[in-house]
Amino acid sequence: MNLLEFARGPGLQAASLIMIAGIFWRVCGIFMLRRRPQRAQARHPLSARLAGGAALIATRFIPRRAFWTRIGTSVVLSTAFHIGLMLILFGGAPHILLIHQITGISWPDLPKGIVVLASGITLASLLALLLRRIRHPVMRLLSTTDDYLSWAMVFLPVLTGVLLSGETVADYGTLLALHILSVELMMIWLPFGKLMHGALVFAGRGAMGINFTRKGAAT
Amino acid sequence: MNNARGPDDETLGEMLARRGFGRRSLLKFAIAMTSSLALPPLVAPAMAANLAKARRRSVIWLSFQECTGCLETLLRSSTPTISALIFDFISLDYQEALMASAGSAATRTLHEAIATNKGEYLLAIDGSVPVADGGVYSMTGGQSNHAMLVDIAANAKAILAIGTCAAYGGIPKAHPNPTGAVGVEDVITDKPIVNIPGCPPIPDVLSGVLVHFIAFGKLPELDDRKRPLAYFGTTIHDQCYRRPFYDQGKFAKSFDDEGARLGWCLFELGCKGPITHNACASLKWNGGTSFPIESGHGCLGCSEPDFWDKGGFYTSLAGGSGTGWRPAAVAAGIGVVGGSIAALTARNRARPDTPPASVPAAAALPPPAGTSP
Repeated sequence: MNLLEFARGPGLQAASLIMIAGIFWRVCGIFMLRRRPQRAQARHPLSARLAGGAALIATRFIPRRAFWTRIGTSVVLSTAFHIGLMLILFGGAPHILLIHQITGISWPDLPKGIVVLASGITLASLLALLLRRIRHPVMRLLSTTDDYLSWAMVFLPVLTGVLLSGETVADYGTLLALHILSVELMMIWLPFGKLMHGALVFAGRGAMGINFTRKGAAT
Repeated sequence: MNNARGPDDETLGEMLARRGFGRRSLLKFAIAMTSSLALPPLVAPAMAANLAKARRRSVIWLSFQECTGCLETLLRSSTPTISALIFDFISLDYQEALMASAGSAATRTLHEAIATNKGEYLLAIDGSVPVADGGVYSMTGGQSNHAMLVDIAANAKAILAIGTCAAYGGIPKAHPNPTGAVGVEDVITDKPIVNIPGCPPIPDVLSGVLVHFIAFGKLPELDDRKRPLAYFGTTIHDQCYRRPFYDQGKFAKSFDDEGARLGWCLFELGCKGPITHNACASLKWNGGTSFPIESGHGCLGCSEPDFWDKGGFYTSLAGGSGTGWRPAAVAAGIGVVGGSIAALTARNRARPDTPPASVPAAAALPPPAGTSP
């Protein structure tokens, strides 16, 4: 069994199972945590609270005007790499093919040029964000191993994907194996670090929005 | 004094001259071969000179666990070229399927060839070597293929493993491999071996290796899998005429869709060209007519080890082996149980958050002003 066969077979299966188990572990743990009982009466009915939750999911994409000068760069770069990542993941023909082969679900792919452009923007944004994290004294102080590891787990699959697409540095089989292995590393790390926000971000924002509305706070 | 010369004394130059090929033709052939073998152009005159004075070289060809497809493709390749005549020039002293003699007469011929050309003959093998149960699954004259290979390889100058079966075990080695099939290199480790994989291999690759051996007395440069680097240095994908469509992201989605009719890339239909090293896309088959991808079918990767067990022929390289729903459900269950235990443990460790007795229940308070009841 060579590296590619391992990556496409046992490696992918093990990574998938660890990721599934980890996500359920985290979600279940969060749901079962003790919560303070709500002593105050709700300010708004359930329908308004749900609308507040949905509103906060949307409004948190754009920071308040007062914060723009301080975090505007981070927001723009983060948004760029997230959109780029989505375009690569759900628009790239090989990725759709993989999803189709595993789940049977398929959709039309994006032109390769758009995916390549998205990859370039994603890589550049990720590098800029890393530089900002390293150079900014407060961010550097606040950063943990989780931050750097999560960054690397996103950067490596994009980098190996770009190399694979251009078939540079090494032969196709080696690059494909490295790309799949880097994705598997990300899958394994996802439930245990900050990458888990990919599964929790909307649920977290929604819960916060519902809570805010319940208390009568603006969302 | 008798000056008569037998066919074994004839040089290649003399044989070609007898068949109407002049010195210029031999030089052209040498130039083509140096190019084919990725040698510097300046080597061509030396190769032509060496070929002209080269004498017949004995080749002993043993067929083991095989389908005879390799031999068939080499026989069917005959065209009136010098390349094809190279096969005439070698002295094929033993090949069971082709030789007229059989039984003990054939075995005697084999032993005579070995004794006469001891240490100088080339040993060509097609088919895998079964080693399970003492090698009983393939025997010739009461001797197992394994024993035969060990005996005859001992006095060979070099070994040519022709076809994927001889090189890596091939289809006989496919799971569950009931005969314990292996490639030649798994049995013989102390002799120079050239693997010429393919199911079947490309005849021009064999002639290129033979030309190099005849002209320079040594094997061409090999890669890490003992394949001639000149022919197996790049993948089929690298030289495929459909490659521009791959780069543009234009893929046929089925064998009869518009993309397939327009000749778009067959990657999504399972083509293994990107991971298959061979010269099909450049040398092609049937006298340069075409190769499988040109005929509308993806590459099966037949010249790579264990190609039969590398997933479906119609499964894209981008795909992988999914976990299946049942293992996924088990993993999810483990996650739920683990997460629940962790959460409950955390709850038990934390102080119970009971309200002070002085705080009344929420229902007992009047609703805040301006809110609905």
